[in-house]
Amino acid sequence: MISFNKQRPLSDKQYSAEQFTKVPIDEHAAEAIERESISAWRDAWYRLRSNVGAMFGLSILVLLIVMAFIGPLITPYDYYTNNLELTNQPPSAEHWFGTDDLGRDMFARTWMGARISLIVGFSAALINLIIGVIYGGIMGYIGGRLDDVMNKISEIIYSVPDMLVAILLVVVLEPSLFTIIMALCITGWINMSWIVRGQMMQLKNQEYVLASRSLGASGTRILFRHLVPNSLGPIIVTLTLAVPTAIFSEAVLSFLGLGVQLPAASWGTMINDALKAMILYPWRMLFPAILISLTMLAFNMFGDGLRDALDPKLKK
Amino acid sequence: MKKKSMLLVLTLLLAVSAFVSACGGSSTPAKEEAKNEQKSNENKNEPAKEQVFRFNSISEPPSLDPGQAQDSTSFALLGAVFEGLTRSDENGKPLEGTAEKWEISPDGTKYTFHLRKDAKWSNGDPVTANDFEFAWKRVLDPDFQPAPPYAYQLYYIKNAEGYNKHKDAAYTKTKITDPNEVGVKALDANTLEVQLESPTAYFLSLLSFQTFFPVHQSVKSNPKWASDANSIISNGPFKVSKWVKQSSLELAKNDNYYAKDEVKFTKVQVSIVSEGSSELNMYETNVLDYSGMPTGEIPTEQIPVLQQTKKDELHIKGVASSYYYLFNNKQKPFSNKKIRRALSMAINRQLLIDKVTLSGELPAFGIVSPGIAGLNGEYRSEVKDNYFQENVEEAKKILQEGLQEEGLTTLEFDLAYNTNDKHKKIAQAIADMWSKNLNVKVKIQNQEWAVFLKNRTNLNYQVARAGWSTDYNDPMSFLDLYMTGGGNNDIGFSNPKYDELLKKAKTSMDAKERMDLMAQAEKILIEDEQAILPIYYYTSVGLTKPNVKGVFIDYQGMIHFDRGYLE
Amino acid sequence: MMTRYILNKVFFFILSLFMLASITFMLMKSIPGDPFMSEKNIPPEIKARIMAHYGLDKPIHEQYGIYLSNLVQGNLGISMKMQDREVVEFIRDSFPFSMKLGIVAVIVSVLIGVTLGMTAAFNHRKMLDTSAMVLAVVGVSVPSFVMASILQWLLGVKFPIFNVVGLQEAKDYVLPTIALAALPIAFIARLTRSNMLEVLHSDYIKTARSKGLSTWTVMQRHVLRNGILPVVTYLGPLTANVITGSFIIEQIFGIAGLGKIYVMSIGNRDYSLIMGITIFYGLILMSARFITDLAYGFIDPRIKLGKRKEKAA
Repeated sequence: MISFNKQRPLSDKQYSAEQFTKVPIDEHAAEAIERESISAWRDAWYRLRSNVGAMFGLSILVLLIVMAFIGPLITPYDYYTNNLELTNQPPSAEHWFGTDDLGRDMFARTWMGARISLIVGFSAALINLIIGVIYGGIMGYIGGRLDDVMNKISEIIYSVPDMLVAILLVVVLEPSLFTIIMALCITGWINMSWIVRGQMMQLKNQEYVLASRSLGASGTRILFRHLVPNSLGPIIVTLTLAVPTAIFSEAVLSFLGLGVQLPAASWGTMINDALKAMILYPWRMLFPAILISLTMLAFNMFGDGLRDALDPKLKK
Repeated sequence: MKKKSMLLVLTLLLAVSAFVSACGGSSTPAKEEAKNEQKSNENKNEPAKEQVFRFNSISEPPSLDPGQAQDSTSFALLGAVFEGLTRSDENGKPLEGTAEKWEISPDGTKYTFHLRKDAKWSNGDPVTANDFEFAWKRVLDPDFQPAPPYAYQLYYIKNAEGYNKHKDAAYTKTKITDPNEVGVKALDANTLEVQLESPTAYFLSLLSFQTFFPVHQSVKSNPKWASDANSIISNGPFKVSKWVKQSSLELAKNDNYYAKDEVKFTKVQVSIVSEGSSELNMYETNVLDYSGMPTGEIPTEQIPVLQQTKKDELHIKGVASSYYYLFNNKQKPFSNKKIRRALSMAINRQLLIDKVTLSGELPAFGIVSPGIAGLNGEYRSEVKDNYFQENVEEAKKILQEGLQEEGLTTLEFDLAYNTNDKHKKIAQAIADMWSKNLNVKVKIQNQEWAVFLKNRTNLNYQVARAGWSTDYNDPMSFLDLYMTGGGNNDIGFSNPKYDELLKKAKTSMDAKERMDLMAQAEKILIEDEQAILPIYYYTSVGLTKPNVKGVFIDYQGMIHFDRGYLE
Repeated sequence: MMTRYILNKVFFFILSLFMLASITFMLMKSIPGDPFMSEKNIPPEIKARIMAHYGLDKPIHEQYGIYLSNLVQGNLGISMKMQDREVVEFIRDSFPFSMKLGIVAVIVSVLIGVTLGMTAAFNHRKMLDTSAMVLAVVGVSVPSFVMASILQWLLGVKFPIFNVVGLQEAKDYVLPTIALAALPIAFIARLTRSNMLEVLHSDYIKTARSKGLSTWTVMQRHVLRNGILPVVTYLGPLTANVITGSFIIEQIFGIAGLGKIYVMSIGNRDYSLIMGITIFYGLILMSARFITDLAYGFIDPRIKLGKRKEKAA
């Protein structure tokens, strides 16, 4: 191994042997790992951290969650007290988001609604993700008769009128946040499972999967180390659809008696209540609607960043 | 493979261009057509050449068989298409209908009707007394399937109930097997004799009710006649000319109607759109001449604005219906009268009406609504509903007493309503008043309609919403709800004195005595017992285009457009 | 082999419909209410007679048996709430409205969604990409009922370009189509973009590009084919849902479609109608999913249906 000073430009000058010193070869040093070994997840996290969009999305999500906790506390008004003398007031210094049809403070209501909608939206999405990916992964990867059966089961569940299921749930269980999420998850995971199944069917015949299989990798390993990570794109996109779907389905459930306990409201029910007077009192719809869009935008930016971070092909 | 995918792209492209050209190609003539239509509409409005009346219904009538009808849409349409022995004027006073005169026996149980000789069916056949006898016995026939739900409206007729129920094992009273024993008989083509079980003061007003309408005897051979425009033969001012299922109905003037000169509309178009705000948008764009109750709806929150912007078109009229909350009288804590009274006193009805329901309703302190006929004028103005007063301080005191009697320190209960924007608002507002004024804890429960009804019928609730609209012009229509064991007694109320008073009133021939008895009964129900919590008396809110005349809402909220016209 | 495959499919199809019918039947019977409830209660004797007329007085298992045997004979029964009308009539009268609108909405969703998604993918991280995706996210976040109400008021009342309700002329399709297609467009665009990006970054595309193939050739031969699969998957249920009608859209635009009747039938507890429409829906969904599966093989010949992985390997 030769070392020389980089600063000094090479010249025509002759070098003599004594100018050189021999560096002893250190066998151990050669084996040393200079760069810290990082797992795929750590690596993904590093890349996620450096993704401006993803971090921006994440901070908005965090902000929304923080506001859901402290929002109702920073206004002197509570979310439930009626003030029938001040119904449908536009936003003002007093009521920052205006008041609703019973004169309740929309700012407090909106952030109380955020608690419900964020919990419902994200937990429904998470449960859908877990069940959908596992079910769809198995369906698509194993295929054959098992796929036939599982596929048909998912189709049957999907076709059963969910209104009937929701009504039955109200009768059997007390309406609660848990019941709402449960009702949303009964059919919610199916779309995800079908998307994942399609991806599996396409990916399982790719060369790298065949290679991995011929190296003796187990089915589960192939499924969750190769196929699922390579399907992250469609999975994340489907997930981002699941969140607003859950938020609005919750509002529909309230028609069937499976809503949140009045006088509390979720973003979905607030938008529903405001719909008929949308043109007259737009602020009643605008604030929850903007917050839903903002949540989705932030979630998407974060999701996109996550996908990029987890995608081995985009590694540079 | 390459070819195939090229094909795919090509197909997609073709589909695009086909779609685009379809849109572009047909939208121009469509626009033109619309313009022409608009022009002709304008023309229509100016010289009032074509007399067409257009309104909307949020639901479709299940069928147009008078014997089967039980919803307000059917009632509104049947009222224009058929005509009973009597008609009803704006105040519910019976007018001559198909019967031009009648005699009532001194004991009030026998009515002899003389039918007009010029009354005809829409196909030209004469309307005879036999048609009425046929129609009423058809409804009462226990073998008629499916059994007409409103058959009980005919039970005033002698032996009607016994005949209608003679095959029902559960029915224990006298059974009548021979239809000839039922007290309705056509003496000749134009004379109908009706025997009643007992004198019924409001029988003439009942006759304008749908179940008493005649039907053409040809329906015997066609069981599906009532849901097809081609087979509906009617005797009213209009006939059904077109029925596009789930989207629209069209009525045409019945040229065989005896008073056809009084009928100005040549056509009545009924659209079926189930969304209130869409209906209002239709009205705003001149697709409708009338919008609102009873068949349609105007979104509540629009009403204050319409009062400003459409002052001349908006009309609010009190109708004979009451909105109230039920107490479960059988169950603690609402078996306690003081607790029921305290809750009734602790809400501000006028504030609720001004700020929440927004439709100019009247605060209610009784159950019988204004509009119902009394001795000489209206029952409600003759018998004031001052059974209790709103008074928060007093309510607090009474509540404490009541709670003590029940051994309670605080009050916590469920309030149930069925899914509906307005019910939801009212429930929240009242619950808030209760918690502010009485410091009670109310859990508001929203229930799906059928679940709600089931819970209410089974007395599976604590406090629940209710509304009652009348079928005939008499206080009895409201009061007999809460007789012991009554079919609609969903509060578990049972008071022997109350039952006795009403039983007496039902058979009394002396009008003054009847009214007194009923007033006493209402006093027991509300003042003594506070069995229910009256909230408001309904109004009917509608919009009518300024050029539409002669269309009105009657005392019970029915729309009458048969003598209307465009100016 | 082929006949066995088809027979197998048909068997599963029928079995699934049977299961669907059974589950729905049980659910329907276990929720409170009946078709003949109203604010004004009907006298119990009369109600008992009506119930008997529709066979609702029999024990549930008997009702179930009768229903199934009718179903096997292709008889969906008559509506219990809307007297005289057969369930088949409802489907026959209403399905065409929902279907026509649905097909237009699906075509529009696919065309605009795929175009938008591809444009975004090819302009990855550029202004066009960002704005297309923001638009798509907002499209997912605004529910169709809000979209429909705004459109109706804005373009029907404020600027009366379109009719407020109805589905008579070609232009009546515009507003409901926009309201129906907004969400699918947004979703398809995002799916397309995400998968296109994946494919564009894959080695074989880089190879194809470096071979000097034109962008267009690369696109239609490799990118579209490999990137479109999730969209095709999504199209199955989307088509089934959209052509059987959206309750909210039909309600707002006064369209006499199947979605409206479906919701109405559940509210009314119109048992035969609920069953009929559910089975009809199941039939359409399963057919749509079957076609999706066939399309997989067409798009990517490596996907072989009905074969286990061992054979594929």
